[in-house]
Amino acid sequence: MVAQNIFFGIIAAVVVVSALRMVTTRNIVHAALYLVAVLAGLGALYILLTAEFIATTQVLVYIGAVMVLFLFGIMLTKAPLGNVMKMTGPQWPIAAAVSVLLAGVTVYSLIDHFGSDRLANDGPVFRTAHVSDEVFSTYIVPFEAVSVLLLAALIGAIVLARKD
Amino acid sequence: MTTLLALPYWQETAIKLGVALAVIPTTSLILVYLFLFKMMAFMQSRLGPNDTGPYGSLQLIAEAIKFLQKEDIHPAQADRRVFRMAPVVVLASTFLLYVVLPAGPDAVVQNLDTGVFYAMAVSSLSVLGILMAGWASANKYALLGGLRAAGQLIAYELPLILAVMGVVVQAETLNLQGIVHAQATGEIFGFGAIGNPFILTQFLAFLIFMIAAQAELTQTPFDMPVAETELVGGFHVEYTGFRFLLFFMAEFGTAFAFSALAAVMFLGGWWIPGFDVDDNILNILGPGVMLAKILLVAFFIFWVRFTYPRLREDQLQKFAWKILIPLALANIVLTGIFKVVF
Repeated sequence: MVAQNIFFGIIAAVVVVSALRMVTTRNIVHAALYLVAVLAGLGALYILLTAEFIATTQVLVYIGAVMVLFLFGIMLTKAPLGNVMKMTGPQWPIAAAVSVLLAGVTVYSLIDHFGSDRLANDGPVFRTAHVSDEVFSTYIVPFEAVSVLLLAALIGAIVLARKD
Repeated sequence: MTTLLALPYWQETAIKLGVALAVIPTTSLILVYLFLFKMMAFMQSRLGPNDTGPYGSLQLIAEAIKFLQKEDIHPAQADRRVFRMAPVVVLASTFLLYVVLPAGPDAVVQNLDTGVFYAMAVSSLSVLGILMAGWASANKYALLGGLRAAGQLIAYELPLILAVMGVVVQAETLNLQGIVHAQATGEIFGFGAIGNPFILTQFLAFLIFMIAAQAELTQTPFDMPVAETELVGGFHVEYTGFRFLLFFMAEFGTAFAFSALAAVMFLGGWWIPGFDVDDNILNILGPGVMLAKILLVAFFIFWVRFTYPRLREDQLQKFAWKILIPLALANIVLTGIFKVVF
């Protein structure tokens, strides 16, 4: 378990530093690239938790699709090189307060719920087949609900984007 | 692991990493020499390189040395850090692909449970590097090239993944070794001597996969991203020397990896008819079989590359969204129906 703990420390440090740099950097493309580092670090943490399928999904969906679309959109519209003067809006104190509050609530509820429980050294290995069996049997209703929600979002986006 | 090789985990990992690091430049070397230099030359009634080494086979090593000697140039306005990182991201995507490619029952760096899914995920990382390269070059032609490349790679990633789904449904696993097993133990109407290579039952998926792979590799009918003869290069127009070499190596390394994926998923992988699937001898014979199948698939990729003229940008996008994706979806539905009925 020592190796896992060391790597957890390294990855967590990378994620935290990248997250801070993401909101403090003055360049919008750099901000997007720091967000890639954050998401990749989270994927690595999933692998440490033996959740291989979720880690792969994280890479495919968040880095391969969402972040590429972000960058694509930024570069298609306006992506100046060098530092931009002002990247933060006037509401930044409120945003900071909300994120601190959110972090506090999450940390408190996690500690409150799990306390000092520890994962077993030989924790379960989540096989892809298990994940799909669960999704298509136990969690079929939430899964279908999410599909319908995504379809609605897709149609909404097309309606908004159409000129006529 | 079998009893043949029982090493501690770190030694095993070190050996595998060493082999993978040696294999990737070698594969680019083989593909470039065999197809880009020699086959293209013969198809165009030229001789190709013939001075350096026997039959010009050392030409590429001479070229690599030349690239390494060149000055490392940045454009004055470039974003240096992103500019330097971009080729590394593209090459990392190629390296990660080789982790799951199997060449024998145990001859694989890591037999991941999510096999194919993982391969698709890491191959999509190269788009990130291409966008970074285009943006950081501080050159509007490079930026436009990067956007062109990203638009094409995003469009053709969907049919690629959807085509693979047909194979996954038939093999009932995402694991590449599992897919090889499913083909080796399969039967064609009760005849099991050659197993059941999925190219027979998934021929439509194979065609879609090859077309989409051609586009993902930006080979010629789909080489809009790097139309260097008409447009000003592409995303790597500002790159020279070693950094250009990294892009070049990634391109052909990925071509080899995609050929290997096609060989594993559609042509039966490392299995040889007549052998038991878990036979230890396949660890030694398997890589040879894989190499032969990979070169066969790569031959088709490059044959198409040297034969057809380029598509127009709008034709290219229409082809992906209006033809390939609906066909791939139909293939999944049909495969599902057959899977349930039989």
